[in-house]
Amino acid sequence: MKAGSNRIEAVVTNVVAVNELVKRFHFERADGGLLPTFSGGAHIVVEMRDDEKTRLNPYSLMSTPLDTRDYRVSIRRDDVGRGGSLFMHRKVKLGDRMVISNPVNLFSLDLRAKKHLMIAGGIGITPFVAQTSQLAAGTGNFELHYAVRNDALATYADVLRERHGSRIHLYRDDHGETLDLARVLATQPLGTHLYVCGPAGMITWVRNTAAAAGWPAERVHFEHFAAPQPGRPFDVRLAVSGVEIQVGEHESLLEAIEAAGLDPPYLCRGGVCGQCETNVISHDGKFLHNDHWLSEEDRQSGCKIMPCVSRFEGKSLVLER
Amino acid sequence: MGINFRQETFRDDYSFKNSPEQIRRFPFPFPEDKYMYSVNIEPHVPGLKDTVFEHLFDVDEHYISEMQDRALVLAEDPLRCQSLPHMELAGWDTLELLMTEKAKSYPDLFTLTRDGDKWHWINRPLGIDDHFTFGDSSTLPYGPLEYITRQSQGDFAVLDQRDNNLWMDAGIVTTQADWSLDFDIGMNFFEWHAPVPLAHQMGVFTRALKFLMALQQGQPSRRHNWTMTINSRLDTSPENFHKWGTDRATVTPENVGQKVHLRVEVQMFFRLPRSNALLFPIRCYLLKMDELVTSPKWARRFHRVLRDLPNELAEYKGLVRYRPTVVEWLSKYDDGAPTSAGLGPD
Ligand code: HEM
Ligand code: FES
Repeated sequence: MKAGSNRIEAVVTNVVAVNELVKRFHFERADGGLLPTFSGGAHIVVEMRDDEKTRLNPYSLMSTPLDTRDYRVSIRRDDVGRGGSLFMHRKVKLGDRMVISNPVNLFSLDLRAKKHLMIAGGIGITPFVAQTSQLAAGTGNFELHYAVRNDALATYADVLRERHGSRIHLYRDDHGETLDLARVLATQPLGTHLYVCGPAGMITWVRNTAAAAGWPAERVHFEHFAAPQPGRPFDVRLAVSGVEIQVGEHESLLEAIEAAGLDPPYLCRGGVCGQCETNVISHDGKFLHNDHWLSEEDRQSGCKIMPCVSRFEGKSLVLER
Repeated sequence: MGINFRQETFRDDYSFKNSPEQIRRFPFPFPEDKYMYSVNIEPHVPGLKDTVFEHLFDVDEHYISEMQDRALVLAEDPLRCQSLPHMELAGWDTLELLMTEKAKSYPDLFTLTRDGDKWHWINRPLGIDDHFTFGDSSTLPYGPLEYITRQSQGDFAVLDQRDNNLWMDAGIVTTQADWSLDFDIGMNFFEWHAPVPLAHQMGVFTRALKFLMALQQGQPSRRHNWTMTINSRLDTSPENFHKWGTDRATVTPENVGQKVHLRVEVQMFFRLPRSNALLFPIRCYLLKMDELVTSPKWARRFHRVLRDLPNELAEYKGLVRYRPTVVEWLSKYDDGAPTSAGLGPD
């Protein structure tokens, strides 16, 4: 599954502090060539070597798909997470060499849409930066609604306004501005597709509001990377390879399996793509399912886990790996 | 490395045949002496010398003649190439992939020069030399998909990915094993696979779909499929069933060697970068029974595969009528010796 050249040697060619929480990183190929073409909504996985530890985090590409001399990602500092964003913010400097993956798109535009209605919250703006560039270059019709805490944290609002003018609608929390979603939904032409990217609460709210207004699920698209959650360490037996591993507080089960020298399948590392799905042979304890992939039946059965984001608490866990 | 293009036909007098070199590089699809459906997907990695997998897109001695046959089919039936309006971008993706790979693999046959969106394409075997603007269909004689696939061996389905499924929303299909693009257009993965026996119950399709939806750019995959064809006809379509269906009744012990062909499809999967669509090239290779038995290993193994093929599969593939005659003919080449591992001819 992982044959071919998924890993690209890259150099950090720019680091820009966008505001107090967000930094932007530019990557170019170490050998100077063009990076692979991508479509708006795609992400790359960035490999971070932090002493003994390797972390692999997904970030949406926000550069225009029409120019692949470099890739740009914007990363919000998360002071309580597992440290991927802290590593990027504190340790990564201009000129560093890093390994990135080919682009993967799990949040692509539906090109049949007559119009694309986009709802962003906070750092959830990044995939839309690329998608709006892609649409504006063609004949794509779109409208973007962007909710932020305040002007200082309105990442890229200025750039988007400059590029797309009145198609961009900004809502600042501290000014008491709120998005009247029901009204926005009610005024869309037939054949509009709705896209949302932002915090979990926002995604749920948008999906529920759209469902209540009669929008079919096929016309509502959401990008929801579950960041791997830190948690208590736990022990796992990998039955096929005959290895015992411990999953540390700040690593994911997937990372711990990889650290044991295995090469399990993965794609999103965010609980949405389904690639890392792993069978549970036996367990005594409780699962902390953080993914968006398994069905309710799968969870009830206790027979499956998504190691990229999910964890376990209890006496013993044996996996088919 | 010049290719000796053959001048031959896939209809009427059926003058198609393989050179000895082409026989040795035939993509024999059976890793063991029996066959059943499975999720037989593997990475599509180029580089294997003297096989059809030396390059991502194989060009062989039948190239010019196959392209002429495609033009004949399209002239009679333009619906063999279709593209729903939202698939235009995927058409450009396909054109870019095929042009860049062909020019890279066969620089003496194909040349692509790009200056921004001003492209210049030279196809020497077919005598084509065109300047066009990438992204602007009005600068090409056909839509981008049709333009480039009239110059590429094999059929192509282009699948849109949405709603957790793949949708057959574009393609060009003139060398198919009895299925129709015009019938399947707009269908999803489960709908177009509905006629296939057994595989649904085995969970082949749910697993394959999961895999395909997650397929990444730069990491193409492939699988083999196979059937048999009487006479070297590429266009065994439902639309033209009246022209070839009755050929199945013409097999005799005397003509098996020349008339009966093993038909192998090398099916590939590519994620397309701009559209996020999936490209599914289906490349068809034909091998006469007389050509197959030049490899003792292939002769033994195919005899056993065909003899023991489950009835459901034989029926679905349309082999029931002539299978006994062919098995009997092949049995003369099977001394019962064990076959070596792997696919090669030995
Ligand atoms: C997305 C790409 C694919 C396309 C466009 C495609 C298309 C088709 C079509 C049109 C047929 C003929 C159905 C008929 O009788 O009308 C077929 C048959 C079949 N497909 Fe696929 N297919 C795809 C991927 C796969 C994959 C990934 C697998 C399994 C791993 C698979 C397994 C099969 C099998 C077993 C048959 C029956 C073939 C035979 O026995 O001759 N297909 N496919
Ligand atoms: S890697 Fe995508 S769900 Fe785990």
